[in-house]
Amino acid sequence: MDIQTLTYIFVGATFTLYIGIAIWAKAGTTDDFYVAGHHVHPLANGMATAADWMSAASFISMAGLISFMGRDGSMYLMGWTGGYVLLALLLAPYLRKFGKFTVPDFVGDRYYSNSARTVAIICALFISFTYVAGQMRGVGIVFSRFLEVDITTGVMIGMSIVFFYAVLGGMKGITYTQVAQYCVLIFAFMVPAIFISILMTGNPVPQFGFGSELADGSGVYLLEKLNGLSTELGFGQYTSGRKSTFDMFCITAALMVGTAGLPHVIVRFFTVPKVRDARLSAGYALVLIAILYTTAPAVASFARLNLFNTVSNAEYSTTPEWFKNWEDIDLIAWRDKNNDGKIQYIAGNAFVGKPVFDSGRGASGERILANENGASANELYIDQDIMVLANPEIAGLPNWVIALVVAGGLAAALSTAAGLLLVISTSVAHDLFKKNAIAEHYR
Amino acid sequence: MTKADNYWKENVRLVLKLLAIWFVVSFGMGIIFADFLDQFQFFGFHLGFWMSQQGSIYVFVALIFIYVNKMNKLDKKYNVHEDEGNTPIEDLKKGEN
Repeated sequence: MDIQTLTYIFVGATFTLYIGIAIWAKAGTTDDFYVAGHHVHPLANGMATAADWMSAASFISMAGLISFMGRDGSMYLMGWTGGYVLLALLLAPYLRKFGKFTVPDFVGDRYYSNSARTVAIICALFISFTYVAGQMRGVGIVFSRFLEVDITTGVMIGMSIVFFYAVLGGMKGITYTQVAQYCVLIFAFMVPAIFISILMTGNPVPQFGFGSELADGSGVYLLEKLNGLSTELGFGQYTSGRKSTFDMFCITAALMVGTAGLPHVIVRFFTVPKVRDARLSAGYALVLIAILYTTAPAVASFARLNLFNTVSNAEYSTTPEWFKNWEDIDLIAWRDKNNDGKIQYIAGNAFVGKPVFDSGRGASGERILANENGASANELYIDQDIMVLANPEIAGLPNWVIALVVAGGLAAALSTAAGLLLVISTSVAHDLFKKNAIAEHYR
Repeated sequence: MTKADNYWKENVRLVLKLLAIWFVVSFGMGIIFADFLDQFQFFGFHLGFWMSQQGSIYVFVALIFIYVNKMNKLDKKYNVHEDEGNTPIEDLKKGEN
């Protein structure tokens, strides 16, 4: 079957599952709606937290970023997981001990102040809206590439699904949907990673695979080979840092503190029965998150090496289907600067700014660009966000794996979006209107 | 000093210890000393690279479980664990009087 049909089947099946769960777990009481009645099992809460917390950024973009950044990409790995440690040690248990519904509740009661509560509400709303926009762009990209609909249409479909089960099930519905979404997304992330790890190194565990020798019999370590190619093409060593230590320190610290404060993740710890369960479910969640986070750097180096092998000095006319498909939706661009029909991929910007396409095709059949040339002789532009989605295609994996990755990316984006929408709705309904002085005035 | 103060003090000391390890593996070994550690080979990895992309995350997971374990013990020791018939918040209030 072709990718398109398989993708419709996988996406259709998972969406049906999410809606089915929402109907099964619909909220009966106020406690159900805001905090799933305080009685979610710690393991279920751990899975839901992991799905909530791993967004489209973790699933779709992170491995791609690391792929292009090399060791510097660890700022995301350490920043996001390290921030989670801060959350688990310094925030989660105490908020659960407090025992109400939301973070603004806590801030307002702790400081005996409605102004403090209002500030907390504004922060929660601001963070949530910004973040949900990013998730929806992820959904849009996935839909436009694989189901060939408009990005806007994709966003509308995604939003209506989330709206349906968030309204129906509240926190309870979202929690159990997120458990299912975690299973889908981790399966979708691991299957291609394991496949590619076996293909490249013969080792089925990606975490060990990228530290193994290549399977081509050369006896060279994968990372050594990657360092060699990367240096040769002017990108510098893959396993060495390019940013200054000071930059790395500050960016990582900022990511950690930011992660610890995410309102949709904090609110998850209100759903378990006891303080002890809040601590335990934080632990489960990090294990489940770490499965993806330790695989991502492996995927990043596999993808980097595969990309070099596939496109460097390849003739444009013989490039595989995926290359042209991504070019068609503006996320890959190539200009034959030296007119040899081959792709020269080296360090530096190929063009000034993001690619802007004119109509018409060049001598090799490529799309013509309107951009000015960059300073480098590099001819290729690749959007970093496509690496995870394109990786199974680059490695030549079967079509069903590609369809699975699409379903996984959507699960990651939708689970986070649902958590955020719930924070937005509780902030407005519970905190702003029910508890606030403004509400008193109109009551 | 009351029971509640002692409980809180031990709690803070544990969190500080764990956060010290957290800082050493991430900011220390993963960033500040990463270049230095890169001279050591760890299987097919340079050690600094491995710490920043793999090792630190494993340590984070271990830290949370140590925390869960120690806090449960601490709760038991001060009898503030939440079980049937145990009312930790009431007990803590008695401790303050």
